[in-house]
Amino acid sequence: RKSCAVPSSPCSCSWTSSSVLLTFAVDRGNFKTCDQSAFCKRQRALKPGQSPYRALLETLELSDSRLTLQLINDNNKVHLLLELYRLQGNMTRVKINELKPLRPRFEVPDVLIAEPPTEPLSVLSKDDNGVVLSLGAKNQRLIVSARPFRLDIMQGPEVLLSLNSRGLLAFEHLRLHKDTDKEEDGLWEETFKSHTDTKPNGPTSISLDFSLPGVEHVYGIPEHADDLKLKTTDGGDPYRLYNLDVFQYELYNPMALYGSIPVMLAHNTQRTMGIFWLNAAETWVDISSNTAGKTVFGKMLDFVQGSSEKPQTDVRWISESGIIDVFIMLGPKPSDVFSQYASLTGTQSFPPLASLGYHQCRWNYNDQEDVKSVDQGFDQHDIPYDFIWLDIEHADGKRYFTWDPHKFPQPKEMLQGLMDKRRKMVAIVDPHIRVDSGYKIHNEITSKDFYVKNKDGRNYEGWCWPGNSGYPDFTKPEMRAWWSSMFAYDQYEGSMENLFTWNDMNEPSVFNGPEVTMHKDALHGKWEHRDIHNIYGLYVQMATAEGQTQRSGGVERPFVLTRAFFAGSQRYGAVWTGDNAAEWDHLKISIPMCLSLGLVGVSFCGADVGGFFKNPSTELLVRWYQTGAYQPFFRAHAHLDTTRREPWLFGPENTALIREVIRQRYALLPYWYQLLYQAHKTGMPVMRPLWVDYPKDTATFTIDDEFLIGSDLLVHPVTEEGSRGVTAYLPGAGEVWYDVHTFQKHNGAQNLYIPVTLSSIPVFQRGGSIIPRKDRVRRSSACMENDPYTLYVALSPKKFAEGELYIDDGHSLNYDTKKEFIHRSLTFANNALTSSNLCPDCNFLTSSWIEKVLILGASKPSKVLLKMDGKETPVDFEFDTSMSVLTLRKPGMNAGADWTLLLQ
Amino acid sequence: MTCVHLLLTLVFAVSLGTPVEIQRPRGVPLTKKQFYVENKPFTCLDGSRTISFDRVNDDYCDCKDGSDEPGTAACPNGSFHCTNAGYRPMFIPSSRINDGICDCCDTTDEYNSGAKCENTCKELGRKEREVLQKMAEITKEGFLLKQHLIEEAKKGQQEKQSKVTDMQGNKKQLDEKVEVLRTVKETAEQPEKEAKERHLKAWEEQKAAIRLEKDKAKMAEAFLELDDNADGFVSVSELQSHAELDADADGTLTETEAQGLMGGAEQVDTSTFESVWPNIKDKYHSESQPEEPAPVETPPDEVKEPVVDNDSEPYPEDDISEEEDEEDEDDYHEDDDKAPPTIKTPEKNHEDEEAMPSYDADTQALIDAAQKARDDFEEAEKALREMDDQIRNIEKELSFDFGPDAEFTYLYSQCYELTTGEYIYRLCPFNRVSQKPKYGGSETNLGTWGSWSGPENNKYLLMKYDHGTGCWQGPNRSTTVKLTCGKETVVTSTSEPSRCEYLIEFTTPAVCQEPANTDLSPHDHEEL
Repeated sequence: RKSCAVPSSPCSCSWTSSSVLLTFAVDRGNFKTCDQSAFCKRQRALKPGQSPYRALLETLELSDSRLTLQLINDNNKVHLLLELYRLQGNMTRVKINELKPLRPRFEVPDVLIAEPPTEPLSVLSKDDNGVVLSLGAKNQRLIVSARPFRLDIMQGPEVLLSLNSRGLLAFEHLRLHKDTDKEEDGLWEETFKSHTDTKPNGPTSISLDFSLPGVEHVYGIPEHADDLKLKTTDGGDPYRLYNLDVFQYELYNPMALYGSIPVMLAHNTQRTMGIFWLNAAETWVDISSNTAGKTVFGKMLDFVQGSSEKPQTDVRWISESGIIDVFIMLGPKPSDVFSQYASLTGTQSFPPLASLGYHQCRWNYNDQEDVKSVDQGFDQHDIPYDFIWLDIEHADGKRYFTWDPHKFPQPKEMLQGLMDKRRKMVAIVDPHIRVDSGYKIHNEITSKDFYVKNKDGRNYEGWCWPGNSGYPDFTKPEMRAWWSSMFAYDQYEGSMENLFTWNDMNEPSVFNGPEVTMHKDALHGKWEHRDIHNIYGLYVQMATAEGQTQRSGGVERPFVLTRAFFAGSQRYGAVWTGDNAAEWDHLKISIPMCLSLGLVGVSFCGADVGGFFKNPSTELLVRWYQTGAYQPFFRAHAHLDTTRREPWLFGPENTALIREVIRQRYALLPYWYQLLYQAHKTGMPVMRPLWVDYPKDTATFTIDDEFLIGSDLLVHPVTEEGSRGVTAYLPGAGEVWYDVHTFQKHNGAQNLYIPVTLSSIPVFQRGGSIIPRKDRVRRSSACMENDPYTLYVALSPKKFAEGELYIDDGHSLNYDTKKEFIHRSLTFANNALTSSNLCPDCNFLTSSWIEKVLILGASKPSKVLLKMDGKETPVDFEFDTSMSVLTLRKPGMNAGADWTLLLQ
Repeated sequence: MTCVHLLLTLVFAVSLGTPVEIQRPRGVPLTKKQFYVENKPFTCLDGSRTISFDRVNDDYCDCKDGSDEPGTAACPNGSFHCTNAGYRPMFIPSSRINDGICDCCDTTDEYNSGAKCENTCKELGRKEREVLQKMAEITKEGFLLKQHLIEEAKKGQQEKQSKVTDMQGNKKQLDEKVEVLRTVKETAEQPEKEAKERHLKAWEEQKAAIRLEKDKAKMAEAFLELDDNADGFVSVSELQSHAELDADADGTLTETEAQGLMGGAEQVDTSTFESVWPNIKDKYHSESQPEEPAPVETPPDEVKEPVVDNDSEPYPEDDISEEEDEEDEDDYHEDDDKAPPTIKTPEKNHEDEEAMPSYDADTQALIDAAQKARDDFEEAEKALREMDDQIRNIEKELSFDFGPDAEFTYLYSQCYELTTGEYIYRLCPFNRVSQKPKYGGSETNLGTWGSWSGPENNKYLLMKYDHGTGCWQGPNRSTTVKLTCGKETVVTSTSEPSRCEYLIEFTTPAVCQEPANTDLSPHDHEEL
C-alpha cells in the first residue's frame, strides 16, 4: 500500500497525513549504496585475481551422493568445508561453510520444500591438481581444481559454468574482536544516518563469483524496477537484494525494493541455466560482461575477423552473513530450469479462481456505505469485479484483526451483502502490532513472548502506522501457528469465508529504523535480524495463508497478497510491485518487473492499476487497465490523497473502454485459471518473456514491452502516451498469429506495426493453440461458474492446434485432496477436434458445456459432425470467408465429456 | 447441457384489479411482443438476419443485437424484462439471468440457477407506494412552503430594491453635504497651516542658535585642553597628542598630518583655531570626557541659554544632528519597553523641556476652527461610507442567483449545522461551508460559495463551494451540496467521498416541485 516518507524520524506519517513529505522521487540518501554498506565495500574492494583458497584434496570424502573437501585460505589459514551434491533433475548444490566456526552460522530454513533428493557422484579421475567428478548422464563433469581452488561444470568440451574462476571467493570467518581491527572497515560497528549497527559477531560476509561462458543475457534477481535483461554493474552499484519499504521508488536502477529472490537465470540460444543463492541476509550482485561495451557492429566485426573472445558474463554474489549455499540449475531448456527451481522451492500456489478476476482497491474505502455504493456502482455500470479491498483505515486504530466501530460497525452485514452478490473482500493485516495493553493481539503476543527482541533482549519496538509497534517473530514456528489461529472465524471477529487478507509492510517496514526497516542487531531467538531479514516477509504470508486454510478446516484455498517476498513466497499467494506512481514509465516497468518475478517462480504478480501515488490522466488510467487486464494479478489501487478513480468516473466513453477490457479479462478466465494450474503443477511462469518459448530466437532476448501469457497469447500493451501505433514482434519463423479481436492472421518472425486507438489492445493468439473462453461475462467470476465455453481454435499453417481445459470448483482444495477436477486435452488434427481426458482417475462434474467453437484459419467444410457416445449428430456452422473463420453453432457437449468434432 | 426450451411464460399483470393472461417468450416486454410470433421466423430487431423461431431463447446468441435471446444469458448485450407485477417492471442485462443472484422481485430472472428467490414485488410495491406517498406529502407541503418562500422573497426583494432606491437618493444629498464640508474644511486649514509653519520655523531657528553656541563652547574648551602649555597657542606637537585625529588610521598622528590639520601652520591662536576646529571636531575626544563621543544633542540644562546668532551652522551637521535625534528617540522607545516605569517619568520631563513651545492664542484659535471643520467633514464622510456599504450589501444580495423564483433567498445569511461523530459541519448557503472538530480544534474551511452546479435541466439541485483550505498534497477543499425536497431546511448528512471533496445533503422546501396532478394508482404502466 504505502510506505513512509520520513523514515529517519519517528514517523508522524499518515495518521496525520499532512506531515508526510511527498516529493515524487525516492530519497536515495535514505538507502545505502554499496559503499555505505561496510561488508559490500570490503568485498567489492577485492579485485579479481589469484584466489587465496586452495583445495586440500587429501581431505576429500565421497559418500554416495555427497562430496566433502576442505579449503584453506593461505592468507589466514582458516579452513572451510566444501560440500558438493549432485541433485536429481540436473542440478548441482555447492555449500561452503567454515570448517569450525566460532559459533554456528545461519542456514536458511523453510525455503526448500524438502531436502533435495540427490544422485550418486563418482570420481572419474584425481591427481595433485584436482579431481574430475561425473555428474551422471549427458557427459557432464565437475572439475575441482586445487590451486587455486575453482570449480568448473563441463558438458563435453564446453565449460557451462565456473565458480571462483575470478578468485572472488571470500569468506569472513567468525573471530574475536581485536584491537588491531580498523574502525573504518566497519567490522564491529557501523553507522548509517544516525543508526548504529552494533555487530557483536563482527564481520561475517561471504562472496563467490560465477563465470558463464557463452552467456550474454542474464535475468531475474527481483525485485528491481529495471529492465528484464540485467545490466552490467561495472561503474555503478551492484543489484541489491534487501527487502525495503522504498518510498516512491525510482525506475531503472539497481536499488533494492520490497522483495528479494536470489535467483538468476542465464540464457543463450543453446542453454538456459540458473543460479540460486540461498541466503536471506543483505545481498549484492555484481554483473560484468566482456561484450557489454561492444556495439552490435563491433560484435559482428569480431565474428568476421574471428578474433572474438567468446562472450562471457561474470557474476559475483556478496552476502552479509550466513553460508554459501548455491544451487546450480543446469537446464538446459527454460522449462527445465523452471521445474528444477520448482523442485527446490515449490510452485505457485493455486489461487481461488475469483482472485484472477478484477480487484477494486483504494486507500481507503471509507466505510460500509462507501463499500456498498462502490459495489452498486459496478452493477450500475455493468462492470464485473470479484474483490473489494480495505486498507489500514478499516481497522480500529490500525489494530489489525479489528474493525473501526464507527466506519465498519457491522462487518458481517457488509460481507454478507457482498456474498449475496457472489463477491469477496480483502482486508489488510500488517505485521506491525500496536503496542496497546487494550489490544488482544498485542497482549497475547506479549504474554507468549513472541515479539522480536532488540539486542538487549527487550521487545523490539518501532514506529509504523499505529505509532509505537511491536513486530512478531514470524521466524518462530510457534508464533506462526498462533498467528494462523487468529484467522479462525471465532478469533477474527467480523470475518467470514469471503474475507481474505493482504499483508503489507512486511519487509518489515519500521518508519524510524535504519533504511526504514528493522535494526540488523535485533534478535529472532538466537539469530540476528541480519541473518533472516529477507525471509521475514515470506514467513508473514506463510502464516497468514496457513491461517486461512485452517479456518476452513483445510478445505478452502487461501488468498493472501504480500509486498515483501523471498524464494519460496510463490507457495503462499500473490505479490504486487508495491507503491508505484501514476506515470507512464511506471506502467511500462510493470511488465519487466512481473516478468522477472515470473522467471523465478512468482507467477501471480501485478502492479497497482492506475498507479498508487498521484492522479493518472484518463488516458494513462485506460491504458493501465488494458495492460493490467493481461497481467496475472489485476488490481486497481490508489493512494489516500488521490482523487477517486472508480472506473465510471471518467465519462461514459472511458467507462466503456474500461468495461470492455475487464470483460475481456473475465472471458479469458478459463485460460488464466488453466495457466495458474499449470504453474502450480510445473513451475512454468504464467506471464513470460518471449524467449522462454522462443529460446533460440535472439531477437526475443531483450524484449520487455510485450510478453506471452502462457504459450498462446502474445500481448503488446500500449504504454506510450498519445500512441498511434505500436510495433510488436511476432516470434516464430513459419508460425502464424491471429489478432484476437479481428482474427486477422499474421506471420511469425516479423515486426508488425499495429495502428492503435484508445480502444486498442494488441493481443494475438498463436496459430496452433486452442484457448477456452467464457464469453458470457457476468458481474463476478462466481456467477459464471456454470456458463458454457467457447473454444478458440487457432490453426497453425499445418492445420494443427492443441490446448487444454481445466475445470474444478474454483475455490476448494478438493482438486488436490480428492482429485475433483476435469483436465482435458483439446487437439485439432486431421480436420477433427477432439477432447480427451488428461486425468482419467479424476472426478468432477460440471454443468458447463461447449456452446461454440471458432476455428481460425479454417477452410469451409461441407459438413460438421459431432461424435459422442457412439453417436454422430450434425452441427450447424457458419463460415466467414474474409477471415477464414469457421463457427460451429451450439455443439452442446458437456465440457467434461469425450467427444470429437469432424469437419468434412 | 442446460438448454432452456421454456419459451412461454404466463404473466399475471395486475391491472384494474383483473388478472390478464398474456403469452410471450421469456424476457420480452409487452411492447415488443408483436416481434415474437410463435412458429414464425424471427427477424433480429436490428434486422440483421432472420432465424427460425425455435432459435429464439434457445440459449445461443444468433442476433448481433441480442434480440433472439431475451430470456437467456446467451447474448452479451441482451436485456431481460421482468414484469414484477405489484412493483415496477424493469430491464436487466441478460448476464444477470440465472447468475444465482435475485434481481427481479418476481424471481423470473432466476428460473434455472438454483437460487432461492422469493417474490418480493408486493412488499416492494407497498413500500414504494408508502415512500411515494410520503414523498408526495412532503412535496405537497414543501411546495406550499416554497410558494410562501417565493412570496416572501419577492416581497423582500422589492423592499430591498426600494430601500436601495431610497438610499441612493439620500446618498446624493449626503454626497453634496460632504463636498460642502470639504470646502469648509479646506478653507479653514489653509490659515491654520500657515500659522503652524510660522510657529515651527521660529522654533527651529532657536534650536539652531543653541547648537552653534554649544559648538563654540566646545571649541573653546578643546583649545584650552590642547594648549597643554597654556601659551595661548595650540602647536603641532600639542595636536599630535590626540592620536584619534589620525587621518590615515595607522594609529599615529604624524607631524605632517597634524600640520595638515592645522592648515600648514606650526601653531594657532584661539581665533585661527576656529578654522582648524572644523577639521578635527568630528574625531576629537575630549580629555576630560569618556571615550564615547559626546552627544551632539544639547544637554537639558543648556536649553534655556540665550539665543545666539546661528546663521553659519553648516548644513551637513544639521542633518547629522537630526538623524541622531531620531536615533535617540528610537533608543528611547526601546528603553521604554525595558525600563521600569519609575525611570520613565524624569525622561519624559526631559523630553517636555525640549518640546516645542505651545502655540500662541491666535494660532490656537485657527487650529481649533480647522479641527472643527475636519470633524464635521469626517463625520459626514463616514456616514456616506456607511451608506455605500449598505447599498453595496443589498445590491450584492440582490445580485445572487436565488433561483428562478428567488425561492432560495431565505437561505441567505443563514447557517445550518450538523454534528457527526467527530465534527460539527456548518453550511452557510451562498457563503461558505466549514468543519470544526467536536472536541476542540480550529475550524477548517470546506469551500466558499462558487455556483449552482446541478445538471443542465435543473442546476438548482447542487451547490458548489470551492477554494477551501488547501489539502496537503491535494486540491483545495471543496463541497458539493445536494438539495432535496423537504419540509424542513436541514443538513441531513455529510461525507467525504474523495479526499478533501465533501458532500452535504440538504433538504429545503425551495426545491420541491409542484406535485403531479395524477393519482398514485399502482402500476398500470405498460402492462395495461
